Amino acid sequence: MESVGSIIMYLVIALSIILFSVLTVTTRKILRSATFLLFTLFATAALYFKLDYEFLGAVQIAVYAGGIVVLFVFSIFLTTHPGDSSEKLVSKKKVLGVFAALLTFAVAAFALLYRCGMALTKLPEMENPKMHEIGTALMGTGEYQYLLPFEAISVLLLACIIGGVVVARKR
Amino acid sequence: MDITILYYLVPSLIMFCCGVYGFITRRNMIAMLISLELMLNAVDINFVVFNRFLYPENMEGMFFTLFAIAIAAAETALAIAIIINVFRSAKNISVSDLSKMKH
Amino acid sequence: MEATIPVLILAIPLFMFLFLGLLGKFMSHKMAGILGTAGMGVTLLLAYFTAYVYFFSGTPEFVDAAGNRLQFVVFNVDWLQFYENLVIRLGFLLDPISAMMLVVITTISFMVHLYSNGYMRDHHGVYEHGFQRIYAFLALFSFSMLGLVVATNIFQMYIFWELVGASSYLLIGFYYVKPSAVSASKKAFIVTRFADLGFLIGILILSYYTGTFSFTDLTSVNVATDTFAVNLGTADHIKNIFANSAVPVFMGGSVLTWALVLIFMGGMGKSAMLPLHIWLPDAMEGPTPVSALIHAATMVVAGVYLVARLFPLYLMETTALEIITVVGAVTALYAAMVACTQLDIKRVLAFSTISQIAFMMVSLGVARPEFHEGLGYMASMFHLFTHAMFKALLFLCAGAIIHAVGSNDYTSMHGLRKHMPVTHITFLIGCLAIAGIIPFSGFFSKDEILSSCLGHGWVPYVWMSFVAGLTAFYMFRLYFLIFWWKEHKVPQGHHQPHDQAWPMTVPLVILAAITCVAGFIPFGKLVSWDGVSYDFMAHFDWSVASVSLLVAVVAILIAMKMYMKENPLPEKMRNALPALWTWCYHRFYWDELYMFITHKIIFNGICRPIAWFDRHIIDGTMDGFAYVTNKASYAIRGLQSGKIQMYVWVYLIGVLLLGLVTAICLL
Repeated sequence: MESVGSIIMYLVIALSIILFSVLTVTTRKILRSATFLLFTLFATAALYFKLDYEFLGAVQIAVYAGGIVVLFVFSIFLTTHPGDSSEKLVSKKKVLGVFAALLTFAVAAFALLYRCGMALTKLPEMENPKMHEIGTALMGTGEYQYLLPFEAISVLLLACIIGGVVVARKR
Repeated sequence: MDITILYYLVPSLIMFCCGVYGFITRRNMIAMLISLELMLNAVDINFVVFNRFLYPENMEGMFFTLFAIAIAAAETALAIAIIINVFRSAKNISVSDLSKMKH
Repeated sequence: MEATIPVLILAIPLFMFLFLGLLGKFMSHKMAGILGTAGMGVTLLLAYFTAYVYFFSGTPEFVDAAGNRLQFVVFNVDWLQFYENLVIRLGFLLDPISAMMLVVITTISFMVHLYSNGYMRDHHGVYEHGFQRIYAFLALFSFSMLGLVVATNIFQMYIFWELVGASSYLLIGFYYVKPSAVSASKKAFIVTRFADLGFLIGILILSYYTGTFSFTDLTSVNVATDTFAVNLGTADHIKNIFANSAVPVFMGGSVLTWALVLIFMGGMGKSAMLPLHIWLPDAMEGPTPVSALIHAATMVVAGVYLVARLFPLYLMETTALEIITVVGAVTALYAAMVACTQLDIKRVLAFSTISQIAFMMVSLGVARPEFHEGLGYMASMFHLFTHAMFKALLFLCAGAIIHAVGSNDYTSMHGLRKHMPVTHITFLIGCLAIAGIIPFSGFFSKDEILSSCLGHGWVPYVWMSFVAGLTAFYMFRLYFLIFWWKEHKVPQGHHQPHDQAWPMTVPLVILAAITCVAGFIPFGKLVSWDGVSYDFMAHFDWSVASVSLLVAVVAILIAMKMYMKENPLPEKMRNALPALWTWCYHRFYWDELYMFITHKIIFNGICRPIAWFDRHIIDGTMDGFAYVTNKASYAIRGLQSGKIQMYVWVYLIGVLLLGLVTAICLL
């Protein structure tokens, strides 16, 4: 049995996730879309906090909200002509999109509901992972330690920087 | 009332479906990218939730999400570089113009 | 005997072929002619030396104490070793007939090399296009023919047999801009190839059962240790192999019969026996010296040589010999009748060649050891020798005449005797020899053949005597029509025909001289089927000789009466027997029959359905694959639209279906 505060917290987070996700894809102005994405990401970060992954929530806010959304906003400024609003959606496309989304939902929900045993798992007790533990896991080479992916990501980021420079530079 | 795992998975599923819808309907490439981020985020949530509910003693899901965020950042940066490049040549970032690249 | 000289005999022509063929165009025509002739001259001397050593040195490796001649393998190298028991060897076998053939081939080849120096130019001394090429091909031919006759095993013989066919093809098609020459060369190649199929199957059957290719094994001699006489142990061994009840019998013939008949089929093709003779008259499209070398004197007797080479085997199975006799006799008569009506001088000679080779075949067919120690075998080889000389002489004379007149047709010749005295005399000698007039060489050899026919029975004797009479008739018809009949009229603008330059007349004189004296060679002492020397004059039957002489003289007199002076008698004769004349003139419609069989029956009945099957079923299947792929690509091309959202849709549907399937399976 959860505390009432926890339930309220959950409701706020879940509703804002749903609401802002829907708004992100339905609003016609691209800048608003980016803003709603930001809100969605904040809500997700809140979810992480609620699930006791504080470090992950912080990363979510720092990288996603602080980095990626800012990138989006800048690129929107760079690529939109002043004063033009987003295109009107063709109804056929809209129907197609709704259909696809509903189909996905149906299949996933079907799978979810028929795995009832798992679906009713309650939140177990857990210690908040300490920064020290996370750091050790990230830098170690043993079991449940992630130096190799870490390094791979570093190389990926490097490649990405070079790629970004090459692609975006003026010819 | 118990908040079971289902309560977390359904919002994430809705978020994913929104991403699907947006990706299919939008023609602006940045909007498509935003939809993509939504889907990615929904998946991240799933990782974290499964980790928290099923294997609280481990941190695999969390680390997976951590790396996914890093990759998403890299991917977004690159995609935006490409989009800006396309915009430079086409003065437009509609995905229908992108199809010209196949020729 | 050292292997050096035999190797050189084969190597020099091969070298000359490569040298003239590859470098000929960088040297002058004259140079190529001199080099080619010189190379052949050296080969000639070496071959004479080898033959001399073989026949007359009396070395124990060639002759045993009793004076019997032995087979001697000079060298025999492993060429292709498939496995222990299947080795194909190349070697050099010396025995009476191969030594004799060395002499014949090199003599004729040298004469032709010399003669071509003159023939392959026009009246102003300008060399023909491809002059070096003909020397290269002549050298190739000489090489292959020499390799054929000295073969130590039947497979080597087959290899060189095919090489001979190939060089014959090249030489017949020498004037490759002339469509008739091209089709003649193709005809010769295809017909002989068809016959060689039989030869190959025969070889395979024979060697499958006997387990050897080697002539010395097959014809049953232990090399240089035993006499050339059939080693009874070996002969019985081979006979036992075939008498074995496990050996199958096919269509009433034993395996040995079939093998020998099939091998003879190869000989039929090369030697232009009926019904595979059709290529030889057309082969006259080649240059005349080539006809003299290949299609008169050497290559066409390869079939006779083949039968002679395997003669001890043929003796075991006389059915095959009877077949040879019948084929030979029919061919001899047929070719002689056709030769009586032809207008083209070279065609007359071609049919005469067919007829004379048939004589040799008949002679082999009737040869039996019981009768005069196998007189027929010796007679056949003797006739081969003399015929090579006088037929080459006749062909070279014909070449000189054609060169002088500029046409093959003797309606445009007539009365040349005053213009070309040397050619006239030498041609007359050749005609007398082939007609069988004493003392020219043909008299002796033909007489031996008729004697051995008589030994076999009355029918072959009368038949062959009649053909001999026909031979005398048509040769003198040819002679009189060319040199007499009426005065020669030179068409306006043409120069007077005259004897040719020395490279062309010298070979004529030499060959005529050989023809005059060759009859006195004691051939029986040199060549016999079992290597035992004997004096054939002891078997000389004066009654047969005088009858054949009488027949020949009568035939010549008839020809003289009909053709010496212009008169209406030939016309009357033709009108008296119009059907016969027409059939002979059209060569009994053999070519038409072949055309009918190939075009109407084989092409329509077999080739067309196969072609249809190929075009519609096989190609159709492939085209169908291509068509389906093409259409399918067009159909699914739309999917590769470049529209990312479309891709997402497809991807999504795939994922959802997978998810659905998984979900259902998990339930």
